[in-house]
Amino acid sequence: MSMTKNQKIYIGCFAIIAVLCIGTLATVNGDFGGSDDAGGEVVEEYGYTPWTEDLFATIGFEMPGETESLLFALQAAIGAVIIGYFIGVTTATNRLKAQKGETAEE
Amino acid sequence: MEGYLDPMWCIIWFIVMIPFFAFGLKKLLFILREHPDQKMIVALSGAFIFLLSSLKLPSVTGSSSHPTGTGIAVVFYGVGVCSVLATIVLVFQALLIAHGGFTTLGANCVSMGIIGPLVGLLVWKIMRKTNAGVFISMLVTAFIADLMTYVVTAIQMTLNVVTTNGADFGSAFVDFMSVYAATQVPLAIIEGLVLAMFAQYLYTSRPDVFQIADSNPVNPFAKEE
Repeated sequence: MSMTKNQKIYIGCFAIIAVLCIGTLATVNGDFGGSDDAGGEVVEEYGYTPWTEDLFATIGFEMPGETESLLFALQAAIGAVIIGYFIGVTTATNRLKAQKGETAEE
Repeated sequence: MEGYLDPMWCIIWFIVMIPFFAFGLKKLLFILREHPDQKMIVALSGAFIFLLSSLKLPSVTGSSSHPTGTGIAVVFYGVGVCSVLATIVLVFQALLIAHGGFTTLGANCVSMGIIGPLVGLLVWKIMRKTNAGVFISMLVTAFIADLMTYVVTAIQMTLNVVTTNGADFGSAFVDFMSVYAATQVPLAIIEGLVLAMFAQYLYTSRPDVFQIADSNPVNPFAKEE
């Protein structure tokens, strides 16, 4: 079975993404901390002191890392569900249209 | 990053953000009211910002960061709507995850929802005028929009330490660029590939939606038709 042009594009893109992610993790030594935190450190190196803390810290609550990961996952899930729904609806609509076209031809 | 921008800069970036956000909100409400058939594409545009900006990915600098996902939104609906959708995500992150922050919301919206995507949109228009395909146009657009977001962030942070701590603009800018933009290059490539794949999928399955993109004006303050 030969691949379509789109399938070749998708496989090529996923291969590049895999190489970039896995290659980075395998070859680069680092703790992979967030660049936001690194930016904050640079700001403080220039002698700047933040004048307030995040919302949770101001009420004396520190969010556990696990909860933060859960909420990031929730954010990703919201996006993924909508994209998945769109792909499902589009695929089903196109299939129905194709079937209707075949029936009309008969 | 709450409190990492001087109050003066927080206010300035909020003032810059407001007209784009206001026009964007007006345009978004107009689209939802007059073109209900486009609701799904609007949701899709927001969904990519939600999804991609939540993915913390490793980078070659030994640090990690996240893409922005604004390419689809800005190509289809322009900078104003993109700023509204980006703000929804930024508020979600500031409120629930303490990521970003409310004091820096204006600055984050200007970099991620306005200037980065605006440069990306200009690239999209130029590439489409030269008859470049949807895949390569979206690849370059998303790459540039992502990278420019962090270049603008570096400029914002530099201006902050220049005015409050008397830092030298050149050296501070290099420092912030090495933290933000250098980390972002491989992630911008990944974002470009993901959005380009989806644009290719859309072009195959729903080619009609690119009429929206081609009629979308660069000027965020243009009147809706």
